[in-house]
Amino acid sequence: MSAAWRELPNYLANHVLIAAAAMALGLALSLPLAVVAARNARVRFVVLAVAGLVQTIPGLALLALFYPLLLGASALTQTSLGFSIPALGFLPSVLALTLYSMLPVLRNGVTGLMGVDPRVIEAADGVGMTVRQRLLQVEAPLAAPVVMAGVRTATVWTIGAATLATSVGQTSLGNYIFSGLQTENWVFVLFGCAAATILALIADQLLGLVETGVAQRNQRRLGLGIAGLLIGTLLAVLPLLGSGRPAYVIGAKNFSEQFILAELMSRRIEALGSGVRRNESLGSAVAFRALAGGDIDAYVDYTGTLWTNVLGRTDTPPRTELLAEMTRLLREKFGVEVLGSLGFENAYVLAMAGNRAISQGIVSVADLAGKAPGLTLGSDLEFLSRPEWAALKSAYGLAFRSERSYSPTFMYRALDTQTVDVISAFSSDGRIAAQKLAVLTDPKGATPSYDAVILLAPKRAKDAVLRQALLPLVGAIPVERMRQANLMVDRDEGKATPKDAAAFLAAGLSSERR
Amino acid sequence: MTANLEERALIEIDHIGKSYGAGAPPAVDDVSLSVPQGTFIALVGTSGSGKTTVMKTINRLIDPDRGEVRIDGAPVISIDAPTLRRRIGYVFQGAGLFPHLRVAENIGVTPRLLGWARADIANRIVELLDLVELPQAFSNRYPSELSGGQQQRVAVARALAAKPKIVLMDEPFGALDPVTRDTLGTAYRALHRSLGLTTIMVTHDMQEAILLADRIVVMKAGRVIADVTPQGLLAPQADPDVAALIAVPLRQAERVRAITGDRS
Repeated sequence: MSAAWRELPNYLANHVLIAAAAMALGLALSLPLAVVAARNARVRFVVLAVAGLVQTIPGLALLALFYPLLLGASALTQTSLGFSIPALGFLPSVLALTLYSMLPVLRNGVTGLMGVDPRVIEAADGVGMTVRQRLLQVEAPLAAPVVMAGVRTATVWTIGAATLATSVGQTSLGNYIFSGLQTENWVFVLFGCAAATILALIADQLLGLVETGVAQRNQRRLGLGIAGLLIGTLLAVLPLLGSGRPAYVIGAKNFSEQFILAELMSRRIEALGSGVRRNESLGSAVAFRALAGGDIDAYVDYTGTLWTNVLGRTDTPPRTELLAEMTRLLREKFGVEVLGSLGFENAYVLAMAGNRAISQGIVSVADLAGKAPGLTLGSDLEFLSRPEWAALKSAYGLAFRSERSYSPTFMYRALDTQTVDVISAFSSDGRIAAQKLAVLTDPKGATPSYDAVILLAPKRAKDAVLRQALLPLVGAIPVERMRQANLMVDRDEGKATPKDAAAFLAAGLSSERR
Repeated sequence: MTANLEERALIEIDHIGKSYGAGAPPAVDDVSLSVPQGTFIALVGTSGSGKTTVMKTINRLIDPDRGEVRIDGAPVISIDAPTLRRRIGYVFQGAGLFPHLRVAENIGVTPRLLGWARADIANRIVELLDLVELPQAFSNRYPSELSGGQQQRVAVARALAAKPKIVLMDEPFGALDPVTRDTLGTAYRALHRSLGLTTIMVTHDMQEAILLADRIVVMKAGRVIADVTPQGLLAPQADPDVAALIAVPLRQAERVRAITGDRS
């Protein structure tokens, strides 16, 4: 709980910042559009249809879609204007949330403006108002209460949806939820939900003051509401002003091991006196692109993943060869520096309950192939669409009765409750030992090796601080140690935070190099 | 009356026509009217007769397809519409007050658009509340806090605020009870005379037209079928539609006289 409180000023400040920026931008776009739409039936049809369509796109997908879009735009500005725009974090979050905020404002804006009594409109014309005077002095104030109701709805939506910004590398209250879900830290999940809800309620109440202020022409309520919103936003964002830009950004994908390793790297950099920001819960493909694009400076990835997903290779050379070849190719193609392997592998392996594996005589994936038609496979969210799965399937002729996807935590649960029979596990996962799972061997070598490696962004390839901080980690973390650290975070009882687990790993380092 | 007719017309409506949509029968079909300074004209007819359209061409709420409207000899089409409308008072059915503005703000709206000094506007509002016989305390009220008759008085005050020479009225007293209607009509008629206004009033109430106007213009299907004084209307009418229109108030007056005659 105290760990949750510690993060609050930073998470809240970022959350309020993106929500407020998105609402400001959204209003600046929606209000003029609503005026045009209220006057022109064709514009109205198109605008409301498009805004409605945007609303049907799941928030997470909308945010994710902005990332490649901005990457493209960034490449374009890089070649034509000589500068690149950041494709991760603030920009995609604000743009996606802006689109998300528009429908209620547009819809209520149009309804409000079209609902103004035509006799009052004629009176405005009759007393000699210009079109602009009529809009500002008569139509806008009369439509204002309805418009404000839309603004309230949009604000509550935006504050809620802003928790999703975490997935594109923008810190928000969603960090509690995403990291909490991955590490089964329900206190964190609840804390994040409660914080976002309370924030939404406060904003809604203040906007309610503005709404009634407008409707009843009560200057005091109106002023109180607006002042409350402005002061609240400023106070919430205040922590961001003091901090300045941190020197380094460390990335992490969306599972416990990544959180722990990001913490470990961060504390080593901070120990050298440099500022660090963590950019967590990134999607697998997003993380590498973010590094290549310089949005993050360092993170840990796995050789097999990079080999197949980034380099598009389908061959599976021996471990050391693969690492050497990959290091060369990443430097050549992306300028990305592979600092070195941490010393353990985190491979995609197929695993099943140990006792069932023994009773059915299954040791390897080849043994599994014969029994697969009667079994259900549980996988993480990306495994089924990854080339490793395609390679395994074709090499062994695997065909399961059915296949289901889960977030990693729930995947282990599903195996535990026998909802699924086989899972796509990670070889460094502490739960393999804890749940007494049998890891099936890959006699045909269908999947590549998955050494955990530290990657540095092109602009940081020769960075002295990063090298000094991170080089000692190379070859320093054996797989047993990593499994223990992972289990500390993933287990149900005596659960530790990724920070604690990182401290545990760091302690191991110092004891080994006395 | 004859003296007025010899003066040059203040408003000249010159062979105007207006159709709403292609193929539709014309709403106004070749209408001409000459309105001398100081005249009170009632435009009467059933709904759809084109009377409101004719009136609205004067302040360009509607522009005619054919023909021309002139004020003081100048074609209105040559004057920017908002500028033109600020010179012409406009009162209409159901008052049409701005619900979000207080009485004072409603009355002062046109002077404000014209850029009058704040103090002048304030003085004018005091003056106008007196003129339409409303208490000064009303200036801080919202229209929804007033009765229908009081709202209509505010509407008259708003129309007169920028001291126009011309006032257009679109069924101004139509929504009021008979007593209030009569009181307000009489009061406005007095203002019309004392301020030297030129008034064009659209109404479908023949009795009101006879009691208030100097001249009654009867319209039917977009055309003028009679243009006479109230006295002239009492003479036998050649046109059956006009005869039917005047028959009702005459018969009612006859009956009222019979009843009161019996009593005395």
